[in-house]
Amino acid sequence: MDFGFRISPSSAVNLDNVDLEKFEELHRIEPDVYKCMACGSCSATCPAARFSGMSLRKVILALQRGKEKEALAMMKNCMLCGKCTMVCPRGINTRHLILSICRIYKEETK
Amino acid sequence: MRERFLTGYNDFVLPFVCGMLFVIIYCLAGMIRIIMQLPVQDRKKFFLSLITPKTLIKDIKDIFLKCLIHVDLWKRNKLLGYMHSSIAFGWFMLIVVGHIEVILYTSNLGAKALYYPIFFRYFVAETESTMRGSLIFFLMDFFLLVVLSGIVLAIIKRVRSRLFGMRRTTNPSFLDLVGLYSLWSIFPLRLLAESFTADISGGSFLTKSLNYVFTEFLSNHANMLPAWWAYSCALGIFFFVLPFTRYMHIPTEILLIPLRNAGIRIVNARKGLAKAQVYACPSCGVCIDACPMGVQKGNIKDTTVYLNRQIKRNNETRIEEISDKCLLCGKCTAVCPVGVEGDKLRIAQRSIRKYSYSPDYSNIDVAAEINACNNFVSGDNNNVSSIENKKVLYFAGCMTALTPAIRKTTVSILSKAGISYSMMDKDGGICCGRPIFMAGRFDQAKQLVEKNTEIIMNSGADILLLTCPICYKIFREKYTLPGIEIIHHTEFIERLISSGRIKISKDTTRYVFHDPCELGRGCGVYEQPRKVLASAGNLVEAAKNRQESICCGGSLGSLTLGFDKRRAMTENALANLVSDDPDRIVTACPLCLDTFARYSDRPVEDISQVIDRVSVPADKKRNDN
Repeated sequence: MDFGFRISPSSAVNLDNVDLEKFEELHRIEPDVYKCMACGSCSATCPAARFSGMSLRKVILALQRGKEKEALAMMKNCMLCGKCTMVCPRGINTRHLILSICRIYKEETK
Repeated sequence: MRERFLTGYNDFVLPFVCGMLFVIIYCLAGMIRIIMQLPVQDRKKFFLSLITPKTLIKDIKDIFLKCLIHVDLWKRNKLLGYMHSSIAFGWFMLIVVGHIEVILYTSNLGAKALYYPIFFRYFVAETESTMRGSLIFFLMDFFLLVVLSGIVLAIIKRVRSRLFGMRRTTNPSFLDLVGLYSLWSIFPLRLLAESFTADISGGSFLTKSLNYVFTEFLSNHANMLPAWWAYSCALGIFFFVLPFTRYMHIPTEILLIPLRNAGIRIVNARKGLAKAQVYACPSCGVCIDACPMGVQKGNIKDTTVYLNRQIKRNNETRIEEISDKCLLCGKCTAVCPVGVEGDKLRIAQRSIRKYSYSPDYSNIDVAAEINACNNFVSGDNNNVSSIENKKVLYFAGCMTALTPAIRKTTVSILSKAGISYSMMDKDGGICCGRPIFMAGRFDQAKQLVEKNTEIIMNSGADILLLTCPICYKIFREKYTLPGIEIIHHTEFIERLISSGRIKISKDTTRYVFHDPCELGRGCGVYEQPRKVLASAGNLVEAAKNRQESICCGGSLGSLTLGFDKRRAMTENALANLVSDDPDRIVTACPLCLDTFARYSDRPVEDISQVIDRVSVPADKKRNDN
C-alpha cells in the first residue's frame, strides 16, 4: 500500500565490511583529503553538478565509506575546470586529488 | 706551398678522425631515427617543406642566423650574443677557410681530405711565393682570435654570469664539464700548435708573432708534435663526448629548424619532434631566470632545462614531478633561443599517464543548452543599430562564473553599445576543455570541444565573445567554427571604441596592464588591451611585460602546486607590475584577477570593469551635449 511516504532504509555503513585499501592509498598520495571539512563550496560552484551530480564533498565522503560506485558515477562529468580549487577555503589542490582518484580507482565493469 | 711529408700522415690525426667519424655517424643515425619516428603525414610535410623553395630558403636563413650568429641571444644580451656567435661563427669560418686552403694548395688528397683542413699547417709548408696565401693566413689567425675572445668570455661567464644578463645558470652534469673543458682547450691548443709551425708553414699576426716572441720554446721542433697531439686529442675528446652532453644541441638544432618550419607539432611525448627539442636544448639556462616558479629556490630544478635533462636520462619519477608542477605560462618557450616548447613538451608528458578511470561526457544533453543560449537580447541603444549588427554569443566560461563582476560589466558594455547578444552559459555551461587538455587528457578535451561546437553552431550567432583567455586559446586552436568569429573581450572592446559605438571619458588614472599568459604568449594579443586602456587613462608599463610578462601564479596549468606555494609567485608578479607605481592594476583574465586581488595593495580590475565605469553609449553623450 502506498501512503505517499515510507520508512527509509537504513543508511548505516558498516565499516568492517568496507575495503578501504584504495582510500588509504589515496590518502598517502593526497594527505589533503583529510583536510576537507565538507563545507560544500566545491559542490556549489561545480559546473558538472548539473549533469552527473558531481560534488567533490560527496565524492570524498563516499570514498571514505567505501561507496566507490556512487563516487565514480558522480565523477563521470567532471571537467577538471578547477573552480573547486579556487574556492576551497582549506586550500586543497582538488584537481590533483581528482586526477589521483582517476588513477587509483577503477570502474567496475558489469 | 709544398707538402712536408711524403706520406701526408701522422699518428696524431687519429683521435680527431675517429671522433669526427663517430659524431657524424651518430648524428646521421639519430637524424634518420627522429625522422622515422614522425607520424606519416608529418614526415610527408617535412620532406615537402625541404623541396619547397620558400621554406627551404627560410630554413637556410634560420640556420645561419640562429645556429651561427645566435640573433636571439644578441637581442637578449650583447655580450652573451657575442660570446656565442664568436665561438660558433668563428669556428665555422675556421673550418670553411681551412677547406678553401686545401682546395687551393693541394691536389689528389684521398683519405687525407678527412684531416688536412684541420691540420693543414702541420702537413703543408710555406714556400717562397706565399703572397697568395697571406690573406688566408690572416683570415685563419683572425677567426682564431675571434674564437679565443669568445672562449675568454665563456670562462668569465662561468664565474660572473650576471655580466651576461643571467642571474642563474644551469648546473652542468659531469659529462657536460668534460665537454666544456675540452671545448675550451681546443682553441688555445690550436694556437700553440700552429705557433710551432709558423716558421715552417707560415702564419699571420697571431701565430707568427707568437713564434717570434717565444722563439726559444716555439722554434724547438722537438716540442712540436706534443702540441699537435694535444690539439687533436682535445678535438677527439670533444667529439666523443658530444652526443652525451649539452653540445648535442649544435647538430640537433640544424634538424629542429627545418622541422619547425615545416609546421610539425609534438605528437609523441618522447619521439620525433619532442626528441629533437629535448636534444636541441643547449642547457643555457635562459629559462631558469624566466620561470615564475624561480622565486622559490626549491623550484629551480623544475625548469625546462632540467626537464630536458631528465627526459634524456629517462628518469620517469622526476619527469612526472617536473611536468606536473609547471604553471604552463609558456615563458620558457617565449625566451628559449633554440625554440624548445617547454609547455607543450610538458603537456605531452602528462598525456602518457595511465588512468584507470576516465570521465565521459556523452550523457550531456546539448539540446537544452542550445535552447538556453538561443535568445538574443537586442541592445537598448537603438541609435547605433544602423551599423551592421552582428549577433554576439557571450561564453563567460567557468572562471568568469567565479568573478561575476566581469560578466556583469561585459554585458553592460554590450548593451551600451547596442549589440544584440545572448549568454551561452548563464546558468552554468560546459567547460571549454582547456583545463583538462592541460592535464593531458586529450580524449576528454575532444569530447568537450565537440559538445560546445554543437551548441555554438546551433545558436545562430555570428561572433563568439570570450572574457577568459584560457577559453580563448583553446577556442582558437582546437575548435572549428565555420562562419563564426572568435574574439576576446579586449579585442572586442577595442573594436567598439574605434568604431565609435561606445564613448570613453578619459581621466588621469594610471593603469598598468598585466598580460595574461594565455592571452599574450598564448594568443599574441598585446596591442588591443593597451589601446583600450590608453583611451581610458594613462597607461604605464610593468618592468617585464608582453612576451616576458610574469604569470600571476594562479594558473590552472600546474597540477601539483598547492595554494600556499603559489603566494610567493603572485607577490613577485605583483612587485613587477607596480614598478612604475600605477593607481590600478588591470588584467583581462578572471583567474589573474582573482589571484592578484588576494594579495594586491591596490585595486585590481578586469578591463571590462574599467571600460564599463568610464564609458557611455556613443549617441547618449551626443544628446547630453
